[in-house]
Amino acid sequence: MDIKLESIHHAYHQVEVIRNLSLHIPHGQIVCIVGPSGCGKSTLLRFIGGLEKPTSGEILQFGEPPPGCLNPLTYIFQDFALLPWRTVYDNISLVLEDHPLSDADAHHIIIDTLQRTKLLEFADALPRQLSGGMKQRVAIARALAVKPAIMLMDEPLSALDSQTRELLMDDLVDLWTRQPFTAVYVTHNLAEAVRLGHTIVVLSRRPGEVLQQIHIDKPLNERQFGDAELEQHQQQLWQLMRDEARAADAELLHE
Amino acid sequence: MLSFSMSDNKQHSLSAKPVAFRGGGFSPKSYRWVGFLVFATLIGIAEWGTRSGWISALTLPKPTDVLLTFKELYQSGLLFKHLAPSLTRLVVGSCMGISLGISVGVLIGLFSYIRSGFVPVVAALFPIPKIALLPLFVIWFGIDEGSKYALIAFGTFTPTVVATYGAVDNVERSLIRMGQSFGLSWFSIVRKIVIPGAMPGILSGLRISLAIAIILLVAAEMLGAEYGIGAYILEAGSLYDLERLFAGVVILSLLGVIISALIGAIERRVLNWRS
Repeated sequence: MDIKLESIHHAYHQVEVIRNLSLHIPHGQIVCIVGPSGCGKSTLLRFIGGLEKPTSGEILQFGEPPPGCLNPLTYIFQDFALLPWRTVYDNISLVLEDHPLSDADAHHIIIDTLQRTKLLEFADALPRQLSGGMKQRVAIARALAVKPAIMLMDEPLSALDSQTRELLMDDLVDLWTRQPFTAVYVTHNLAEAVRLGHTIVVLSRRPGEVLQQIHIDKPLNERQFGDAELEQHQQQLWQLMRDEARAADAELLHE
Repeated sequence: MLSFSMSDNKQHSLSAKPVAFRGGGFSPKSYRWVGFLVFATLIGIAEWGTRSGWISALTLPKPTDVLLTFKELYQSGLLFKHLAPSLTRLVVGSCMGISLGISVGVLIGLFSYIRSGFVPVVAALFPIPKIALLPLFVIWFGIDEGSKYALIAFGTFTPTVVATYGAVDNVERSLIRMGQSFGLSWFSIVRKIVIPGAMPGILSGLRISLAIAIILLVAAEMLGAEYGIGAYILEAGSLYDLERLFAGVVILSLLGVIISALIGAIERRVLNWRS
């Protein structure tokens, strides 16, 4: 399943947030969206998943989600959004309960996703007992449980410390290598973008427009921490963004 | 290197003193025995004062006399004759008020029109001293149990509504967005995310509502009650029988402590997911 965004415009109370933005999200690839703060990248993600409507423009879905898919467009949030009163197992169960699945099928799906994310031994733990990294793993497991066609990841690693971030990036690369998924990955962290993105879309400051799209052909599992080629891409991205980021920073002060 | 360490040493001997501690405090703990000690001391002072005569018998009854009255009340079987109708009124009235209050509170928390319509109504009802409405309730619901249930129900309703919609407002919106993004039905979101998320606030509201219920119990038994703790206290009060008055008051206090402990137990069970 592909997603196409066509000439998206958006304004909040007369402030133009996104201007004439068109984007293609191809099947089986990770598209990273980077940009200075306030450029509307999280808003864009909410449009793609149908949680918010743009002022004008269209979001089109091409092709049908694969069979067995329970929730084609599935989010992973920065703040994890786990229910604190449910155990890890029950948090995943939550998103299956509204689907016509037998108890045995649901149990099978939950156990399978917990295994894939190496969380099986934490099935009965409550979120407050888990570290930030573990919580985000649970959120990833929950997203995998509904067999999404496209994962919408809103700064999923931004609330974590840098070591945990590295570990989780490796996990995501592992998951993708074993079974490629389509994802839109919003981040302000360029290192994450060059590690995980097949395509990196650079947005300008508000009103957000596509400044440039960069494609990185190197397979995800060959990209290492401190890779020279990635370093170069990151440099290039920062050159592109530096002035935008500075201008965006100054803009907030004027308001 | 040598001179460096020498000067270092010299500095040491000149001004070596520990850094003054200035942290700590501001984190009160609760020790159960202190509470008992304070109670025991107060009762002890009252007993000593009334026995030695510097507290006159008209000011305060002797604690031991109150205890004797209580014993008599228990032995004569009158205690349960008073307690049973009072507890029934308390349970029936507060159950009506609380269940209605939680329902209305959740609806206010969910729907714009209900919120716009009901919040001013609740704000208007809240400050009315419910006791003042007793004669009205007697006309509406009869002098029997009806008016007593209504008074307690009405008194517990308003604080429960306010606590409940506040609690629903405080449920994290990000969790609700999450529910929507996974395609959960509206009903599932309310039942599995909104209500459990509002539970801490609702339970702490119950503490206040139930304390108010006990206060109103006495008021409700002012009119047309032969038996009941409230009736017992009011009768003793009008006869200036301080021993019986205090025996009744002690029963109400104990009731309050028991209810508070009960809610504490429910909180520990239902809210065990909080640290």
